[in-house]
Parts: sequence; C-alpha cells; structure tokens
Amino acid sequence: MADMMQFDLVSPERRLASVEASAVQIPGADGDMTAMADHAPTITTLRPGVVTADAASGPMQFAVTGGFADVSGPATTILAERAVPLDEVTADWIGELIAEAEAKRDAAEGPAADLATKQVADLMALRDQASV
Amino acid sequence: MPSLKDLKNRIESVKSTRKITKAMQMVAAAKLRRAQEAAEMARPYAEKMNDVMGGLAASVGDAEGAPKLLSGTGSDQIHLLVVMTSERGLCGGFNSSIVRLARTKAQTLLAEGKSLKILTVGKKGREQLKRDYEDQMIAHIDLSDVKRIGYANAADIASDVLGRFDGEEFDVATIFYNRFESVIAQVPTEQQVIPAVFEASEDEGGTLYDYEPSEEAVLEDLLPRGVATQIFTALLENAASEQGARMTAMDNATRNAGEMIDKLTIEFNRSRQAVITNELIEIISGAEAL
Repeated sequence: MADMMQFDLVSPERRLASVEASAVQIPGADGDMTAMADHAPTITTLRPGVVTADAASGPMQFAVTGGFADVSGPATTILAERAVPLDEVTADWIGELIAEAEAKRDAAEGPAADLATKQVADLMALRDQASV
Repeated sequence: MPSLKDLKNRIESVKSTRKITKAMQMVAAAKLRRAQEAAEMARPYAEKMNDVMGGLAASVGDAEGAPKLLSGTGSDQIHLLVVMTSERGLCGGFNSSIVRLARTKAQTLLAEGKSLKILTVGKKGREQLKRDYEDQMIAHIDLSDVKRIGYANAADIASDVLGRFDGEEFDVATIFYNRFESVIAQVPTEQQVIPAVFEASEDEGGTLYDYEPSEEAVLEDLLPRGVATQIFTALLENAASEQGARMTAMDNATRNAGEMIDKLTIEFNRSRQAVITNELIEIISGAEAL
C-alpha cells in the first residue's frame, strides 16, 4: 500500500472532500500531474478538467472549472472555483459554462482570446469525459 | 381617557403586532442558522486562499513589475468604498452602524482632499447614503432577488470592482460590512481589498514552493480570486449578522409588545371597574333621592 496523504477539495461554498488518498490526479494549467505523498511542494493553477483521487475508500472523481492546487509533502489541497462530483455533472450545467466561455472568447482579443479559446476546448473535453 | 372599546381595540392590535414580531424572530433564527452554516462552509477556502496568497505576496513582494492589485497604482487619490448592507429593514441598528462607519471614513477622506466613489450593495445602505453622497455614488448592486448568497454573486461584484480598477477609476478599494461575532454582537468592519492586504501567516517561509506555470502567472490568477473571496466572506458574514440583528430586534419588539399588553390590560380593567363603580353610585344615589 502506497503512503497516504491528506486530500482536501474545497470550493468557495463548501468542502467537497477531505479524505486520505494515495494519489491525486490534477488537471494543471500546464498539463496533468499526479500528486502522491512527499511530492515536492508545488502550487499550480487548474484548467477545467477532472480531479481523480485514489482515496482509501475508493476512487473519487470531481469536475472542476478552475482554481488552484496546493501540493505539499503531507497534504494536497485543491481550491476549485466550481467543483461537482463527476457523476453529478449534468449536460445543462456544462452547457451553460461552455456558452459563457464562448461568449467571453468572442468578446476577447489578442492573447486573451487564445486563453478563452483554450478554456472552451478544455470545457468541451471535460464534457466528453463526463460523457453527458 | 380612552373609552373601553378603544382600549380593547388597542390591545387586540398590539397582540397581533406581537404575533408578527414573534414570527419574524423565529424566521430570523432559522435563517441565521443557515447563514452561519454557509459562513462556516466557506471558511476553509478563505483560510487556505489567504495562506497561499500571503506566502506568494511575501515572496513577490515589492519586486519590480508586481501586479497592480498587490502593489497599488502608486497613488491613493481616489478611494472606492464598497458599502454592503441589507435589502430589508427591521433589523435594529444593523444598517445604520455600517453606514455610520462608512460615513466617518468618507468624511476623513474628503477632509484629506481625496476623491471618493461609493458602490453600494443592498438597498438600505443606498437609501441612507444618498442624502449626503448622491454625487459620489457610482453604482448599486441589487441582491434583493437572491435567496441564498452564492459565490457567483460575490464574483459578479468582484468583476465589477476589478473592471473599474483596470479602467483606472480608483486607486484604493475598501469594503464595509458587519462581522458576525454573536447573535447580539455584530461588529462593523472596514477592510481594504485593493491593493490587497494579507495577514502574514506564521509558518510561511519554511517551505519553498514550485509554481506552475510561474510565480507571476499564479499570482496574477489568484489575486482577482482573492478579491472575490474576500467579498464573498464579507457577504456571508453580513448575511449572518443581518439575521442576528433582526432576531435581537424582533425579540425586543416582542417583549415590548408584551409589556404594552400588560399595561393596557390593567388600564382596561381599571376603566371597566370605574364604569361599574360609577353606575353603582348612580343607582344608589338615585335610590337615596327617592
């Protein structure tokens, strides 16, 4: 059994998870990463994607729309802007987010537009992953 | 001297007032519990956010090219006051105490020759501030349709404020709200959000973090979130305080109504007694005259 670490997932409105986990997959802004116990201290921003935690009680999956993750030796904390358990994701919820991001993309110019385009693509990938 | 019928009507009306205030008190108590729960749920996020930002802010600090949200615009000429009050009245001194604090601050700033802009959240504060500062009020955010304050509400307010900051409409932003201490104590608080101020946490400096994509990018992403989080916390504290204040105010009103009913009932009984005595005297003196 791999070493366990504390894993917390909090959104501004509530705490979604606080469990022991052996590994946590994080959709970082620069690419996915997996945090395990005694990982080097890292802070990364998140892109829309799926957080997967291998908790002692079984794997847990959450859809997040952004925020950041604080990985330190004994604990991983994800502060998500919005987070929902993956099996509670609905097509409406994600459709709304995509529409919002698309509106932002169409309004933006220059580098901001590139970022917004990436946001839309990430959200669509998230929709596929959630298969709704 | 009011007639018996007047007194009776009066007692009835005070009784129904007491029923209403009693009901309002109970509703406020239930809402208070919910508001407190919401405030508690939001706490871990806000605390963690503060920790991380504090560490980041300390390491980027006053470095050249630090984001404006952190280092300020280099001037403090134009102040934005974000005054958060309730949408509804009947909550004791809740709104007045926030407005009083904001007004004191406004007077100090004006005396120093600074210019002032006011953004109000909640109808009651706007009404009270309009008298003195109508020209300085730039916007109002209405939350009267919002049943339960969510992070989205705070994010909206934050993006409004940040948009104005990017448009160089002001240099310093301060929020005013009531911090919830207990049901009977709500503390009017002012808190500067832009440029950001963080309480330095004790254990920082020990761990050296890797930042992805980069320290600056992370900070750039986090600062607006930090502002939104602070506003969200303030909104939740305010909501809990409002219900607490309303509960206390309605409890007092219920008690006062009770006292009044007692007093009126005594008066009613005395008058009734007086009327009976009067009638008896009339009968007796009439019989004696025969």
